[in-house]
Amino acid sequence: MHIHKYEKWWLTFGISSLVLFLTIVGFSAFHYGSHPPSGKIYIDPERVDEIAPFNKPGVHKVEGEEWDYEVVLVASAFYYNPPEIEVPIGSTIKFIATTKDVVHGFQVAGTNINMILEPGYVSEYVTTVDKPGEFLILCNEYCGVGHTTMTSMLKVVE
Amino acid sequence: MTTIKEKAQDFVRVDRRDGKLALAHIYVAFIALFIGGLCGLLQVLVRSGQFTLPWGIGYYQVLTIHGVLLGLILTTYFILGFQIAAISRTSGTLTDKQRLVGWIGFWVMTAGTVAASIMVLLNEASVLYTFYAPLQAHWIFYVGMALVVVGSWIVAIAQIMKYVEWRKANPGQPSPLLSFMVIVNLAMWIICSLGVAVEVVFQLIPWSLGWVDKVDVLLSRTLFWYFGHPLVYFWLLPAYMVWYVIIPKIIGGKIFSDALARLSFMLFLLFSIPVGFHHQLTEPGIDSFWKFLQVVLTMMVVIPSLLTAFSMFATFELRGRQLGGRGLFGWFKKLPWNDARFTVPFIGMAAFIPAGAGGIINASHQMNALIHNTIWVTGHFHLTLATTVVLTFFGAAYWLIPHLTGRVLTKQMNKLAIIQAIVWAFGMSIMSGAMHVVGLMGAPRRSDFSTYGGAQQATEWIPYQIAQAVGGTILFIGIILVLYIVANLLWFAPKGETEFPVGEVSENAEKTPMWLENWKIWLTICIALILFAYTVPVFEMIQNAPPGSKGYKFW
Repeated sequence: MHIHKYEKWWLTFGISSLVLFLTIVGFSAFHYGSHPPSGKIYIDPERVDEIAPFNKPGVHKVEGEEWDYEVVLVASAFYYNPPEIEVPIGSTIKFIATTKDVVHGFQVAGTNINMILEPGYVSEYVTTVDKPGEFLILCNEYCGVGHTTMTSMLKVVE
Repeated sequence: MTTIKEKAQDFVRVDRRDGKLALAHIYVAFIALFIGGLCGLLQVLVRSGQFTLPWGIGYYQVLTIHGVLLGLILTTYFILGFQIAAISRTSGTLTDKQRLVGWIGFWVMTAGTVAASIMVLLNEASVLYTFYAPLQAHWIFYVGMALVVVGSWIVAIAQIMKYVEWRKANPGQPSPLLSFMVIVNLAMWIICSLGVAVEVVFQLIPWSLGWVDKVDVLLSRTLFWYFGHPLVYFWLLPAYMVWYVIIPKIIGGKIFSDALARLSFMLFLLFSIPVGFHHQLTEPGIDSFWKFLQVVLTMMVVIPSLLTAFSMFATFELRGRQLGGRGLFGWFKKLPWNDARFTVPFIGMAAFIPAGAGGIINASHQMNALIHNTIWVTGHFHLTLATTVVLTFFGAAYWLIPHLTGRVLTKQMNKLAIIQAIVWAFGMSIMSGAMHVVGLMGAPRRSDFSTYGGAQQATEWIPYQIAQAVGGTILFIGIILVLYIVANLLWFAPKGETEFPVGEVSENAEKTPMWLENWKIWLTICIALILFAYTVPVFEMIQNAPPGSKGYKFW
C-alpha cells in the first residue's frame, strides 16, 4: 500500500512521540513504582466494623514500616469515619479505606490522592504529605441523594 | 427510454421507504436532544447554587435523564438512522425483508427507551447511565436498557444483511467505502455491547427481581467499561465517516486515500475495546500491570487519529490550492466557509484537538489520579461527544434530513446553522473551559451543588460553577436554534432535491488491497486482543470475588 512521503514523516514523528510518552509512563510505573491504587485485599462488606483495622478508624502511628502513619477510614452512606484527620507535614501516610454499603469515592481535593472504594475490597494508597493546610475529602463516585454531604477533612499541620 | 436515467437517479437518492426508516430514528434522536438538553440546563443552573429544582424533582434524576438521553438515545438513534441511509445510498435499496428487520429493531429500541424513561421519571432508577451497582434500580429500567441494546443489534443486522448481499453480488471487489465504515462501526458496537448485555441480563436483572441476593460489583463495573469506552468510538466513527467520505464531496475535493481510510477504521476496531480499565484506574481488585497494559492499548488510538488528521488536511489543502490558494496557508481561506455542511463539522474537528489532548491525560496511568471523577472529565467529553461528534451530526443533518424529506436547506437556514455552531462553540468554550479548570482544582463530577460544610476549597469552586451555568445556558440557546432548523427541514422548507454527498477517491490514489476487507483477519486480531487484555484479570476477579453486595436504594 502506497503512503505519501509527508504522511510517512508525520506518522514517524507521531508514533515516535507516542513511544517516548509510553516509555516515560512505563518507567515511572515500573521503575519508580508509581502505580494507581490497585489494592488486592478482600473483606466482607457487612462485617467491616468487626474486622481490623476498620474496627478502629483514625490515625495510627506505626513503626518499622515504610510509612509513618496509617490512616484508617470507613465510608458509608453518607459519611466518612473519621470526619477529620490530622497528620504532621512531611510524614509518609498510608491511607487504608473501605466501604460498608455502596461504591464511594475517596478524593482529597486538589491532590492526586484519589481512590474508588468498592464493597468487598480494601483500597490503599501511600503518599507523603508535603503541603500544609486543610484539604477537603469528598465522595466523587455517585452514591445516592446525600452524595455531596459526604465529607471529611485532611489537616496537614506543622 | 426512461430506464437508464431513472436508474442512475434512483441509486443516488435514498429510497423513500428506507428514508422513512432513517427519519424515524432521527425524530427520536432530536426529541432526546431537546429533553436531555433541557435537563443539562437544569443541572448547570442547580450547580451554580442559585437555583433549586421545583416539585421535588431530584438532581440525580435529572442527571440520569441527561446521561441516558444524550449519551445513549440521541447518539444511538442518530447513528443508526444515518447508517441506514448511508447503506441504502451506497449499497442499494434495502429489500423488504431487510427493511422489516430494521423496523422491528427500531420498535424494540423504542419500547425499551419508553420503559426505562418511565422508571426514571417515577424516580425508581436514579442510578445514572453507568448503573452503579449496588445501587439498585427497578427491574423494568434494566429490562428497558437491555431492549435498547438488543433493538440496536436488530437494526444493525438489517444493515449487515445489505452489506453481505452487496459482497456476494460483487465478488473480489472492495465494498463502497461508506458501507464498509458502517459495518466496521457495527462490528465494534456488537462486540462491545455484549459486555453491557451480559451485565444487565445475567447480573442486574436477576438481582433486581430478587432471584439472586447479591451482585459482584467489580465484575459489573468491568463489564460496563468493557462497553463504555468503545461506546465513545461508536459515537465518533460516524463523525469520521462524514469527515472522510462526505466532506470531501461537499468542498468539491476528493477522498485522499480509500485504503488509508479503511486502515484507520480497522485500527479503531482493534484498539477501541481492550481498553476499559483506563476508566477503572483508581479501583481496587485489578492488578496494576493489567491497568498499564490497557493504558498502552488505549494510546494506540493515536495512530488512526493521526492518519485521519493527515487525510483531512490533505484533502482540504489539495482543494484549497485547486481553488487558487497560494503560499503556506493561502489554501485555508479558499475553503467554502459559507457552507454550513462544511463549516459546522469543521468547528467540531477543531474542538477535537484539545479534546484529544485531554483524553491522553485522562487515560495516563498516573495523571489520571489528579482528575479521576472530577468535573474535568465532564469537560472532556463535552468537547469530544458534545462538540466534535454532535456538531458533525448537526452538519450531516443539514443535508440528510432535506434529502430524505425532499426539501432544501435555504440560504437563511444555512446562515442560521453557521450561527448555531458559533453559539455552540462559544457556550462550550465557557462551560467546558470552566469544567476543566475547576476539575483540576478538585471539584467532582456527577454532584449536586454543595458547599461541603463550608470548606474553603469548595468556596473557590463556586465562580467556575456560575461560569458553567452561563456556558450551559448559551448551549441551550444553541439547542433551540438547531431544533428550529431541524423542524424547518422536516416540515416547512421549500420542496426540492438535496444531494446525499458521497466523495470519490482521488485518481492518484492506489487500488485498495483486499486484505483490508478480510474480516477473518481483523475479527481474529480484535478478539485475540480482547482475550489478551481481559482474560487474566477477569479470571482473578471471579476467583477472588468478595461475598457480593445486596441492593440499595439511596435516592
